[in-house]
Amino acid sequence: MRRARPAVLGVAGVLLLALLWEGYKAVGPAGGVVVNGLTVLPRTSDLAMPHLWTMLARLGEPVTASGDGTPLWLAVVRASAFTLGLSALGWLLGVVVGMLLAMLMQRLRTAESALLPWIVLSQTVPLIALAPLVAGLGAQLRLGDLRWEPWMSVVVIASYLAFFPVSVGALRGLESPERAHVELMRSYAVGWWKTFFRLRLPASVPYLLPALRLAAANAVIGTVVAEVSIGLRGGVGRMMLEYASAASGDPGKPWGPIFGAVVIGLVAAGVVALIGIALRGYRRAEVTA
Amino acid sequence: MSDAVRVSGVSKLFGTERKGTVAALDGIELTVAPGEFVSLIGPSGCGKSTLLRLIADLDQPTSGTVSVFGKTARQARIDQDYGIAFQQAGLLPWRTVGGNVELPLELHGVGGPARRRRTAELLDLVGLSDFADRYPDQLSGGMQQRVAIARALAESPELLLMDEPFGALDEMTRERMQNELVSICAETGAAVVFVTHSIPEAVFLSDRVAVMSPRPGRIRTILPVRLGSAGDRDEDLRETGEFFAAVSAVREALHGMPAGDGLRGLDLR
Repeated sequence: MRRARPAVLGVAGVLLLALLWEGYKAVGPAGGVVVNGLTVLPRTSDLAMPHLWTMLARLGEPVTASGDGTPLWLAVVRASAFTLGLSALGWLLGVVVGMLLAMLMQRLRTAESALLPWIVLSQTVPLIALAPLVAGLGAQLRLGDLRWEPWMSVVVIASYLAFFPVSVGALRGLESPERAHVELMRSYAVGWWKTFFRLRLPASVPYLLPALRLAAANAVIGTVVAEVSIGLRGGVGRMMLEYASAASGDPGKPWGPIFGAVVIGLVAAGVVALIGIALRGYRRAEVTA
Repeated sequence: MSDAVRVSGVSKLFGTERKGTVAALDGIELTVAPGEFVSLIGPSGCGKSTLLRLIADLDQPTSGTVSVFGKTARQARIDQDYGIAFQQAGLLPWRTVGGNVELPLELHGVGGPARRRRTAELLDLVGLSDFADRYPDQLSGGMQQRVAIARALAESPELLLMDEPFGALDEMTRERMQNELVSICAETGAAVVFVTHSIPEAVFLSDRVAVMSPRPGRIRTILPVRLGSAGDRDEDLRETGEFFAAVSAVREALHGMPAGDGLRGLDLR
């Protein structure tokens, strides 16, 4: 019963959202709620707010009437898989870069004071400004036969968002061992690397897991936005843009990629939760006495 | 054989922002023979923990020399000539009791089978054989401290450095741990430098008690208190006249004058 509680609450949350949507659609004015000429609540027409069953039913129909008859859901799944793959790569790259930065900052105090402000500042650069820059710089890169592909730009942008929580969270985690533990390692006359692997890294796990979860969410957002701004085909981001133009005649269609993005987020969060389960041994309460 | 610890002419200054430099230790002379149990006792701020940290090479003296088994403190630390235990047990919460005890062995490349054999021996010594697979948060404070002592003994050091290891324990646990420490020391033959602020604890455990005074931290006097060999030192010892006499001697030295009216206000912890 207790174990089922989170699942029950989760389902209840989704149902509540569905109820709000359909409830407002049923009772709200067709022209939306307008105060002083500002629309504060949306129009409730079938075009602006399609019924939930319209959205779901649309998933089962072909993408286009004239196409090869691929159902919308399959196209969305393919696009989501593509986006998820890029997000995973971006996440991985971000985690590696974030960990390396955290290690450097932990190892050298001067590196911390020199790097940390820049790391914080880096996140204030708007993604929209960054995307063309990365794509442009990447296009000039030549590594032998390797050519810079647009999807690489997307991965780099996703990692740019993902590394931030990891570097900050890991730094706090790596610095979390008590003085007594650090001095114990010193009394054992072991160097920084052994101290890192036996003490600092395991001690950082409780700080690292929330950072990994944030990084996963950031990587998904980064991938979708970068797909849009770079114009990379194949992912859920571009698909949203394409389908949005169909909204006026086919209101259920744009919701397909949106559901896809939600599923990507859930999968990403699920994977991090699995990592948390694998590392649960390192999340024991601190020793009290 | 050279002395276990020889501290000569040691002073330690700390630079503080508010009060300038503070002399934590001044003109310290101390020698600990192999197998000898010496306690450092004194009020807070007398530098007893600082002195222990200098011997452990966790800090360096401003002047003077510290040698451990004839080597520099630094070399002794690198050679793992001492084991150390702090007031906080300082166990790694993600390692089992066994895993914590074998940590130093693992770090120094001792092979798996030898490690497990030694861990079993040590847990037997501190009476925790049944708890090898438990985690620290499943143990009481006294049990955690026993694990920490087993860990300090893992590499059979000839010198044991202990900084108020029983300071956080309740009274009854504390006395039981003292009894156990006496027998462990007899068994291992290690020299011990033991920091405490409890007079009875120092008297019960020690061969000699170094009484320290603060500002600047100095050793005021060193009293021989050895109350019989390990085998004779049991619960009954705490009730003997000898014990009380030694306690008042240490107490007088601590206060710098005879405590005329006997045991009044005595710290009997």
